[in-house]
Amino acid sequence: MEILVCVKRVPDTAENEIEVNGDGSDIERDDLVYSVNEWDNYAVEEAIQICEKVGGSVTVVTVGDDESEEVLRREMAMGADNGLLLCDEAFEGIDGKQTATLLKAAVAKGKYDLILTGAQADGGAGQVGGMLAAMLDVPYASLVNTIDVDGDKLKVGREIEGGNQEMNDISMPCVLSIQTGINEPRYVGIRGIRKVASVEIPELSASDLGVDLGDAKVKRQDYFVPEIGEGAEMLEGSSEEIIAKLIELLKVKGGLK
Amino acid sequence: MADIYAYITHTGGVAGDSSLEMVNTAKKIDAGAAVTAIVTGSGADVDKVADEAAASYAKVLKFNTDALAYPNAEVVRKLLINVLPKNAIILIPHDTFGMDLSPGLSIKLDSAFVADVVGIEEVDGTSMKVIRQEYSGMVSTHVTVDISNGAVVNVRPGAFIPDESKSVGGTVEDKSGDAGDLSVNRTFLELVEAEVGDVDITKEDVLVSVGRGIEDEDNLEIADDLAKAMGAVVSCSRPIVDAKWLEKSRQVGTSGQTVKPKVYLACGISGSFQHMGGIKGAPFIVAINKNVKAPIFQVAEVGIEADILDFLPELTEAIEGL
Ligand SMILES: Cc1cc2nc3c(=O)[nH]c(=O)nc-3n(C[C@H](O)[C@H](O)[C@H](O)COP(=O)(O)OP(=O)(O)OC[C@H]3O[C@@H](n4cnc5c(N)ncnc54)[C@H](O)[C@@H]3O)c2cc1C
Repeated sequence: MEILVCVKRVPDTAENEIEVNGDGSDIERDDLVYSVNEWDNYAVEEAIQICEKVGGSVTVVTVGDDESEEVLRREMAMGADNGLLLCDEAFEGIDGKQTATLLKAAVAKGKYDLILTGAQADGGAGQVGGMLAAMLDVPYASLVNTIDVDGDKLKVGREIEGGNQEMNDISMPCVLSIQTGINEPRYVGIRGIRKVASVEIPELSASDLGVDLGDAKVKRQDYFVPEIGEGAEMLEGSSEEIIAKLIELLKVKGGLK
Repeated sequence: MADIYAYITHTGGVAGDSSLEMVNTAKKIDAGAAVTAIVTGSGADVDKVADEAAASYAKVLKFNTDALAYPNAEVVRKLLINVLPKNAIILIPHDTFGMDLSPGLSIKLDSAFVADVVGIEEVDGTSMKVIRQEYSGMVSTHVTVDISNGAVVNVRPGAFIPDESKSVGGTVEDKSGDAGDLSVNRTFLELVEAEVGDVDITKEDVLVSVGRGIEDEDNLEIADDLAKAMGAVVSCSRPIVDAKWLEKSRQVGTSGQTVKPKVYLACGISGSFQHMGGIKGAPFIVAINKNVKAPIFQVAEVGIEADILDFLPELTEAIEGL
């Protein structure tokens, strides 16, 4: 099976405090730790596991800048066979639909049975996979947390509200967005990264892809931190004082038995 | 102004909470709009939900056919492509169904898509300014959406106040005959219910809930110890379950359990909307987090800026000493 996995390099929210910069035009980018989007990492692991079972190869693709190459290499160290970097100054500030348009052009340059994306990335929109499927006119299933290959069909489980699971048959080619927890992504060590350090990763620009992106319909204007409600009453003082206050509160609220 | 539609989700013959919330979303887009609700499904449930929706929407389009018995987003998308006018503005809940349905719908309608909208700021001609969040709610953004060709707007459940007035007295039109070709290449098979675990966190009054801030599986012990001292039970956020450190039945949130405790101790949990969506009944929330800017502090009653790995054992010791 030929599988394409779409990945993105994002600030790692587990490692960083995301803050708005001085004029609200961006987040504070200095000293940010970046990594591969958490959901995408599960998608790559799933693709590798499928190929380990039924054969085939995994290609990881990203729309990004020069620095995005590092996440492609990381996923190749995990076991993806090929990388593909879509990179052009013209890609700055593009919206989800334009990203999907670029990926569609990249898909056309290969022959894939299955395309995976993460269920969502740093923007929290969860839009690229579904858009790409519609552009390619192939079926889509989001928030997938199990995949079983069944000939030229897949049996996929979608995680829905309450942790219940919706089982579907879906024909290939198709696009699936992957939910976290579907597998246990393998560990990537420095050694693994070194092994793929010199592997050539093809880079495609807007003109290589032959796409006219047009204008973004959806544009972020600024970043801000909203004032919501009153916020928590912060307990201050030494940790003994804080604990004493907290215990009093817990007693009143029925938090201690 | 383009016509505004709202897609009504429902289970067991009852409309989802978003049904009344989207009434207010639509008003923010166009205060005077006569909004059309769309109800799909099969059997008596659909009639019930359509009648319920007519109390809050000027017009209800009802599609009642076997093909729509289960809300398979692939099928519903096809229906909406068949029946929606070009340049419609359609509101859809940003839940697991809306996430499945909407991005592709916007492509097929050639309209704009904006996900997980938490506020509508203003509409100026063909530009609609909305509020979204990024980075798990750590920052908010103003986003402009070009609605000249219509828009698919996914609305965060709970973000808009429900309009309880139910005094519109709208009409229901049965449009089942107009549904068109609904054949798709994805077939719904069955629903598999979440497994029941060793403890039922939905019945507990006091929860010590741990998130990614616990850092390591071995550290779960300090949460267990605190829970024991308090007479509470340990619950968690999603990453703890993804890492297989705790059973799925311990997960609080939209894709986990809905809990209604009296007291909720959120330890190293950032406060994403999917997590908070699983906490009902307005408990006394205490947030313990080392990042003062974590969104959880906006919704908690009491906040403590601390490293849980130090703080929880100290708290346990103090409670044991009472
Ligand atoms: C469709 C869908 C459904 C989802 N359903 C759920 C759901 O049901 N439940 C759920 O929880 N999530 C759910 N999520 C995931 C959700 O979006 C968040 O990713 C998740 O809730 C984050 O969990 P967290 O707060 O533990 O981790 P993070 O967001 O990483 O937050 C960790 C927090 O711990 C703090 N911290 C770190 N170390 C320490 C320390 N030593 N001491 C004190 N504080 C520390 C950090 O400052 C941070 O605020 C869902 C996502 C999707 C897309």
